[in-house]
Parts: sequence; structure tokens; C-alpha cells
Amino acid sequence: MGVGLRAQNEAKRVKVRLFALCLALLGATLAQGLTAAELAATDTSRAARWNTIAAYIFGDRKIEATETLIKLEAPPRAQDAALVPVTLIMPEKEKIKSVYLVIDDNPSPLAAHITFGPAADPGSLQLRVRIDTYTNVHAVAETVDGRLFGTVAFVKASGGCSAPIDSTDEEAMQGTGEMRMKFAAAAVPGEPMQATLMIRHPNFNGMQMNQLTRNYTPSRYIDNISISSGTSKIFDLSADISLSTNPVLTFSFIPDGKDPIRVIISDTKAGRWEQTFATPASTN
Amino acid sequence: MLGDACRRPRGKPTSTALVTRREAFLYGLCLCCTPAPTAAAARGLREVASGIFMRAGLHEEVTPENRGGIANVGCIVGRDGVLVTDACGSLADGESLRAEIKKRTDKPIRYVLVTHVHPDHCFGTAAFAADQPIIIGHRALRAALEARGEFYRKHLAEILGSDRAGSVVYPTVEVTDGMELDLGGRVLRLIAHETAHTNCDLSMLDVETGLLFAADLLFVQRVPSLDGSLRGWLNEAEKLRRLRASRAVPGHGPVVVDFAPAMDNLTRYLTVLRNETRKAIAAGVSIADAGRTVAQSERDRWTLFDDYNERNVIKAYKELEWE
Repeated sequence: MGVGLRAQNEAKRVKVRLFALCLALLGATLAQGLTAAELAATDTSRAARWNTIAAYIFGDRKIEATETLIKLEAPPRAQDAALVPVTLIMPEKEKIKSVYLVIDDNPSPLAAHITFGPAADPGSLQLRVRIDTYTNVHAVAETVDGRLFGTVAFVKASGGCSAPIDSTDEEAMQGTGEMRMKFAAAAVPGEPMQATLMIRHPNFNGMQMNQLTRNYTPSRYIDNISISSGTSKIFDLSADISLSTNPVLTFSFIPDGKDPIRVIISDTKAGRWEQTFATPASTN
Repeated sequence: MLGDACRRPRGKPTSTALVTRREAFLYGLCLCCTPAPTAAAARGLREVASGIFMRAGLHEEVTPENRGGIANVGCIVGRDGVLVTDACGSLADGESLRAEIKKRTDKPIRYVLVTHVHPDHCFGTAAFAADQPIIIGHRALRAALEARGEFYRKHLAEILGSDRAGSVVYPTVEVTDGMELDLGGRVLRLIAHETAHTNCDLSMLDVETGLLFAADLLFVQRVPSLDGSLRGWLNEAEKLRRLRASRAVPGHGPVVVDFAPAMDNLTRYLTVLRNETRKAIAAGVSIADAGRTVAQSERDRWTLFDDYNERNVIKAYKELEWE
């Protein structure tokens, strides 16, 4: 627990530093009088930005390029910048300890860090994120032997972070903390199975402005999602401002055939929700 | 039109000038109204019924050249004054429309009716400030403009320049449910709809001619964009059908169409979108994969389909996945 807490605190420190960094970078850009269109940076400046972000998150640990350990599927052009589906694929799943999703040009780039537990099947993970501008998206896998492997995709999006929530979101926000779990098939003990977790939560990130009051809707977003099968951890996800409204996660795990799935969620305003879901039993 | 109508254009604007007789029938058009908007044809007001002047929008994204003129806009002239709806997609374009209207009538512009929050329908309202009109909007329009107006303005200003974009203008009269206006011997019946294309759609019936101003509850040729509720839109389409209007002014498409076949065409798309999205959700198809596969049978029936359908599927998916 102590270690977990330290890790969380460390994650928070990284976030705060990253946020400050990005404000500084943004300030520098604005100071040069660049328009949003010109923010479409060059490859060189993108690389420089990534180096800075990577140094903040990973210190001096080397990130090796890989085409096999982690793959990132993201749309080249986001249809809805406030809901961009992203899939992380880790084919050599037994080697994977955790994955980081970084949206370089979001105001706070570290979108999610997922640490897998013994009940996980870390082969793939889908999530939905907000993307604010044309940006590189990095996925970095940490292997059990402590090495880092990274891959990148470029996504064209506009205004996903500050986009006002729309009316369907508004409806869905009623009942914050409500969860649903869908299972792809019946559980066969020991065999990987896919599940989709749906969570009702506005995930206000502090960037939606009320034009009348000129106030920003105060931020309130999910910062932690912890999923277990019985007492065995599937994964911990620490999140930041970039998860979409009403987050949906699709993941795989190894059911033990008897214990339910337990989900614990916390948000930045001390909200906490817990729910268990029975895995559908195999009829065989 | 879609929430981010003012995103930068990609690809070539789709020409809609070539519509065969059969297609015209399928799409519910009368051939007298085609060819649909092309740059040259679209730039003037046309009297489509007695005292009703409309200009067709272009089937394009917003560009500096079209100045946001992508929706159908125009006015109704009564004995005592004029109602403008919609007032264009930018200040610059609204000023042109105002000048055109002034050429047609010297009656005072008493009302601007804003059919919904999307930028291509509301940013020209500012051009009519000198007329001091009553600005009419849906009961939810103000809140929608408060939430999105500045976001839209900024993006529009990036394309057109802030001096040409216009400003956010709030309604001075809100329609809660329904309302009747009299322009002087010319009665207009307004309906404030439940969440459909957006959460603030207004439609209007001109009692004298029976012409229904369906605004963006009716798209013709241009692929519909979903920004409210898919189920709601299908419900509101039924409500409009019950008015039994024979002809309508859609928000996008030829400025006048036969209502029934045009609405059938729209609801066919929405129904395919709904049914196939539900099926995808039930089958565990991801939102990303659904976006690429749902409603593809509709692809050849609409312009700008590839620009909007995937986004419509994502909207539909997130509405329907909580059913």
C-alpha cells in the first residue's frame, strides 16, 4: 500500500510538473505570436517536445523503438476530438508490466498509466481520450525486466480538451459513478476473456468555459480505476484530464471461474465508487 | 450542420450539379429546384414562394471563399415587416444577405429567427444589429450558445479572420414550446423541438403558403450531421410529418423540396444509422470499428458522407450504448 501510495504521489508530482511545463511551452508559443494553425509544429519541434516530456516522466531511462512490443491504433483524423478511440496492442503480453499513453500536445500530456496485475491479459486495451490539437500520441510499454519500448502515432484533432460537453453527455452525466460491464463471452477459467467497462462521469477537466459567467466548470475527473478478479489485480489505471466524458475501457483478463470482477473508481473531488460484476459462467 | 462545421476543409468540395432525373426523384427534389447549389448559382436570393426569398448553401465545409455560406438562408416578407432565417454563417456573409434583402424590400427587418446553435446558422445574426430586430431562439439556445458560442467563434475566426467571423448573439425572445408570429397578414407558427439534430432546433410553418421551414431537422443531398439525439430526431421527424406540409425549406440542400419524400430519405438514413449502431453494440463491435462500418449502404446517397458519417456513428454509439 505504501509503495502504491508513493507511486501515486509520484504520479501526481509528474502531472503537476508536466502541466507547468506545458503552460510554459504554450506561453512561449503564444509569445511568438503564432496562430493555432501555425502551431502545427515541425518534426524537429515535435521531437524536442517529446524529449522534454519523456525526461519528465521517465527521467534518464532510455525508450527503445519497437514494432513488436507495443502497437498503437488511433485514427489519423479524429472524428470527435472529445472522444478519440485508442487501442494499445501488446502482442508479447507476458513481457509487459505497464503501459503509458502520452498525448504530447494536450495541456497535460500523460493521459493514462496502466499497471497490470497477475489476473491481467495485457494483450490489448482500448480507451477513449480527448485530443486537443494536431499531436503525436506516444505509447510506452514497460517490460517486467524494467526496459521501456515506445511507439508513436500522429492524430489530427481540434479542441477535444476544451470542447463543451454535448447534450447526450449531459443526459449521460445523470448518475455519475454508475457502471456497467459487458463480457464478450462466457468465462472459461484460465482462458483470457474480454470485458468492457462503462462509467458515467462527466470528467470535467477544467477547460470547459461557461461564456456567461466567464468561469470554467471546475475540474472533476476520474484519477484512478482499479480492477480486480477476486483478490487478484487485473490493472490499476491512473488517469488525468484526457479521458473522455463517460469513459469506456475494453480490456482482457484471466477469470478464475468463481470470483466476481471488482471495480473501484476515484475522482479528483474525493468521489469513490465501487461495484462488483459476476463473470458470466461457461455453460460447459 | 455539425458542431465543428468550421473545421478546415479537406478534399475537394463535392459537386452536386449532376443529379439525374432518377436521383432527383429518389432524393425528393423537384427538378425546378435543381441544380443544387454550385458556387455560381447559389449567390443570390430567389423568390421561392410569394414573399419568401431564399439563398441555397453550398455543400462544402467553411472556407474563406464561401464565408460560412453553407446553410440555406433567407427571409419572409409580410405587410408590416421582415423575418430573416437563418441569418448566415458569418458576419461578412450576413452583411451580404442583408444587402440582398434590402434590394428586395424596404420593409423593416423585425425578426431574426435562429434555428439552432450551429455556427453556419447563427454567426451572421450580428450583421442585422442596425435593424434592432427581435432575435428568436429555442428555449435551450441561450445555454447552448453560452457553452459553445465562444468556441465556435474562435474557430470561425481562424478561418475567416475575427473581423469577418461575427459575434455570439443571444436570443431576446425564447420559444418554450410553440409560438405564433404575425408579420402583418402573414402568420408564422414556430415549434421548439425536443433534442433532435441539436438540443435547440426550431421549425416554422408559413401558414399562407403551407411551406415548412424545417431547418436542420431536414437535410437534403448533404449528409445529415447528428449533434443531439438520434432517437429524438426520429421522433421529431414524426412530429413534422403530422403537419402535413407538402413543401419544405431544408437547412441544407435545394431551397425548396417536396417534404414527404425528402423526410423519408432523411429518416431512412437515421434509421439505418440507429439499427446498425445498435447491432454493432450488441455484437461487441468497438466504437472505432463501428465508425468505419455502420451505414455504409448510405454512402452513395449523400454528399460529404465520408466527412460526417463516422462522426455520426460515434455520436449514435455513445447515445445508444447506455440503452
